[in-house]
Formats: sequence, structure tokens, C-alpha cells
Amino acid sequence: MKEIVVLSGKGGTGKTSIVGALAALAQSKVLADCDVDAADLHLLLRPSEKMRTEFWSGKVARIDQDRCDECGLCQELCRFHAIRDFQVEEASCEGCGLCHHVCPTEAITMRENMAGHWFISGTRYGPLVHARLGIAQENSGKLVAVVRQQARKVAEEQALDYVISDGPPGIGCPVISSLSGASLALLVTEPTLSGMHDLDRVLGVCRHFGVPATVCINKYDINEENTRQTEEQCSRQAVDVVARIPFDNAVTESIVRGVPIVEYSDGRVTREIVTMWRRISGASEGSSPA
Amino acid sequence: MRISIASGKGGTGKTLVATSLALALSDRHHVQLLDCDVEEPNDHVFLRPEITGRETVTIPVPKVNEEKCTHCRKCAEVCAYNAIAVLGNRVLTFPQLCHGCGACSYLCPEKAITEVGHEIGTVEWGRFGGVAFVHGRLTVGEAMAPPVIRKVKERVNNYDIAIVDVPPGTSCPVVEAIKGSDFCILVTEPTPFGLNDLALAVETVQELAVPCGVVLNRAGIGDSRVVDYCSENSIPVLLTIPLDLEIARLYSRGIALVAGMPQWKSSFLELFDMVTELVVERNRSAKR
Repeated sequence: MKEIVVLSGKGGTGKTSIVGALAALAQSKVLADCDVDAADLHLLLRPSEKMRTEFWSGKVARIDQDRCDECGLCQELCRFHAIRDFQVEEASCEGCGLCHHVCPTEAITMRENMAGHWFISGTRYGPLVHARLGIAQENSGKLVAVVRQQARKVAEEQALDYVISDGPPGIGCPVISSLSGASLALLVTEPTLSGMHDLDRVLGVCRHFGVPATVCINKYDINEENTRQTEEQCSRQAVDVVARIPFDNAVTESIVRGVPIVEYSDGRVTREIVTMWRRISGASEGSSPA
Repeated sequence: MRISIASGKGGTGKTLVATSLALALSDRHHVQLLDCDVEEPNDHVFLRPEITGRETVTIPVPKVNEEKCTHCRKCAEVCAYNAIAVLGNRVLTFPQLCHGCGACSYLCPEKAITEVGHEIGTVEWGRFGGVAFVHGRLTVGEAMAPPVIRKVKERVNNYDIAIVDVPPGTSCPVVEAIKGSDFCILVTEPTPFGLNDLALAVETVQELAVPCGVVLNRAGIGDSRVVDYCSENSIPVLLTIPLDLEIARLYSRGIALVAGMPQWKSSFLELFDMVTELVVERNRSAKR
């Protein structure tokens, strides 16, 4: 079983559209939406939920006002500035529990926190594991880890060849959680100075965690000079560019219709993604993952 | 006044709005631009500010004095993040998991734990024309953005306007960046992805009790559902930017919209006036 995670560094480069297309192209796979705080893949795959599980993670401090004698020790020691006027500001509390341990009147308890849900669903392209992190919650990385673990379990149980994950933007906690131990990172970039800057950082993260990376340049024709520079940037780092996808409004039209681009149009975008998938699946069958 | 620029979905145009708003206002006001998207900061690409100062961001991680340690396991019991473990007569620490809360060192009965700085990023500041600039940069391979964001925000000055560029998403780094804002501009695009993530972003700012309005970018693609959503939920659409190849090309070359197409400046000034009016109105009704 191979695990391919689609990342980008910069947001909005087309990760979800690509994953939607791969969902329609790959034969034997489970899909995972690892962008747990702004998940969009379900809008293309239109899943029917089969199983819903609560995600309990982390704790939040609560002060019992009847027991609190307002000594202020908790406020003084909290490094997250989460206690003000003897009240816990929940969005700032990181659940470390220092206040609970030090409170001389034992007025502070740590309450379990329900941070979201994760789901196993059916789609016409195969099973999908996805999640919804509660608004303003912590621990997105842990929820991503659960999604990946469940997706791998489904793949093993059903003897599927691939786990294909839609990753979050950025390079921090949820990205690291989506990436570590994967067989391949497919990095979707765009030929803008921001895209190039962000690609460099996400390539660094792949290197840091020893995951082989390959690059797809989306909307390559909005700036062909930047596309050439991106290709050079990749070749200097011995990273393959597996696709150059042109800008086409058909991609947005397919999102509005709620279907993967490869089922909506047989234009250049589709042809390029089909070729890309052949390359990726051929390559990953030929070599063993790191 | 502090205005944050957020979106939920990535790549909708936060950076475009933040940089152009800052530049448009810089003729008339003291403006500070703080890029809190510390995982992928891009405002500097458009402003090319002269960097005049730099600070390393560290979080305090435990260092155990083996001579004083009695292996009582108190530290491992109190650590909420499994960042310290006692195995037999050895204490192992995991700086990447540590949140720097200080519980282990404060609660160690032998006072055997001190804290040392573990570097997770840098904050840089400088200036471009009339814009005072600050951004943070999470070190590649590090997981925790919020402490770097907090360091960027510590540099919010008493300029009359501070503009905060927020990372995408709805979780802790976003909350950290938006907190303390007088107003949040949500940038979106008229697609089902844009709408889905806009609704999540609206929930996030409501949770933080920060008023919001929408900038609709790439208008002309997609459908009308974002506009319908805004009117149903009484969220003002403050500015509409069309899908335009010239705007996309300027963006690709790292040129701020108001620098490449100065005719847009008045639109950003109007955007600011609308935001000011909404904030004043809200403060007035809050006092009543």
C-alpha cells in the first residue's frame, strides 16, 4: 500500500481539485481529507456518511468561582495569557494544566474537550475518511493523525493499493502530521513569486522528514517565466516536475457542479492530469517507498 | 485600529488585500503591516521591505539536572503533551512536542529542571515607504506556529492602523492571529470551496466576537452562492475584485495591486472607510 499526500505550502493552488481528479482516476484506493480545519474534498466526492466518531482531545481549564479566592497565582504562571480576571479564556487555553496543579484552593479543574468529529464515508470513487475540527480548536495535528490511521486501516482491510490524502496548506503541525511516513508528497504549486517561495519551504519540510517529493505546476501559463524558474528550482533539488497544468475556467465550473474535473471536461487539464497519474502510479510501482 | 485579513480557504487573496490596503493607506496614516502567516509568509514578496531588525523566537523547553533528579516522575505526570518521559533512571525530553508551559520545571519537587530556549522561528521587521513591516517565519520542520505569531503581535505598535495578515484555516494559529482585532476582513472567492470555508471563517470570528465583512475576489468565476450567503447572514460585502488576467499577472510577479494598477487605490481607501464606519457603529451600540 502506497500513501500519497497532496500538499502545497501556499493555499489555493489546486490541491483539492487534483485529489478529486485522482479519486476518479486511481482504481484501488481510499481517500483521506487531512485538511481538517477547512475541508473541501467532500464537495467534489459527495460522500454518504457511514460512521461518525467524536474526537476528544486536549483539556480546558475551568475555575470554580465559589472556591477561587482570587490569589492570582494561575494568572501569573499561565504562559498563554489564558486567564484574565479569574476567568479562563478558552480559545487561549492550551490545556497544560499548570494552573490546576498550582491552585492553592483546588478551584481549577481540567475538563475533557470534544474537539471535533471524524467520519468514514462511502463515495462513488471508494471510501473516504474525513474530519471536522471544531471551530477555533487545537490539536488539528492529532486529528490528522487519526484520519490517516483510519484511512490506512481501511486500505489494509480492503486490500487497496493507495491512500490518497488531501493535505492542509502551510508547513506546521497539521502538515507535518499529514506528511511524516508517507510514500510520496505530490506538491501542487503555481507560477507566482509567492508560490515559488512557499514551494521552497514545503520542499524543505519533505526533506526534513525524508519523504520523496514530486511537483505539479498548476496554471503554468499565467506566468511562463516563473514556470521555467520553478522547474529550475526543482531540478536543482533533484525533484521531478510531473505535470504542467494550464489555466482553464472548466476547473472552477467542475467545482460548481460538484464533480472532479476529469469527469467534467476532456480538455487539456484532464489530459495533463491523466498523464501525471500514469507517471506517479508507474513510478511508485517501480520503486519502493522511503 | 487593528484590522485582520483572514479567509478560511487558502489562496483567496489575503496577501493581495493586506498589502494593497497597507500601501493605499500609507500616504495618509501611520500604517503597520504584520504578516502572521508564519508558515508561509508572503507579504514581504510584494513589499520588499528593508529589514532593520531580527529576533529569534524560542520556546522554553526543559533541561534536567541529572544530579538533582530523583526520577520521581512528577514531570512526566504533569506534562500534558508527552514531551518529557522518565525511563528507569533516565529522563528524556522531546522539544518538538513541548508547548513551553513550564509545568515540569515549576512543579519539580527537587528543582532539578531548568528551561533552555529551543529555536522555532524568527521575527523580522523593517519598513517599506510609509509602511512599518513585521513578519514571522516558522523554522522548517517545526510544528508550532502560535508562539511565533504571538511574537509578531507583541510588536503591534501604537500606529493608528495595524493590518494583520492571518494564516488560512480555522484552528489555533488563526485564532492567535485574529485575537484582539477590531475588525476582520474575510477574503473569499465565489466558488463552493470559497463558500464552505467562508462559513467556517465566519463561525471563527463570531466565536472571537470580532465583527467581519467580506472581500469577494475573482468575481465572475463560479456562482452567486457566496453573495447569497452574505446577504442572508447580513455580512457586508465591502469590496469586489473581478477575475482579471492583468491582476493575476501582477500577483504572479510579486507586484501589489495598488502599485501595478493605481486606479485601485481609491477602492481600498473606500474599503477602509467602510470598515471604520462599521467599527464606530459597533462601538457606539456596545456603549448603549
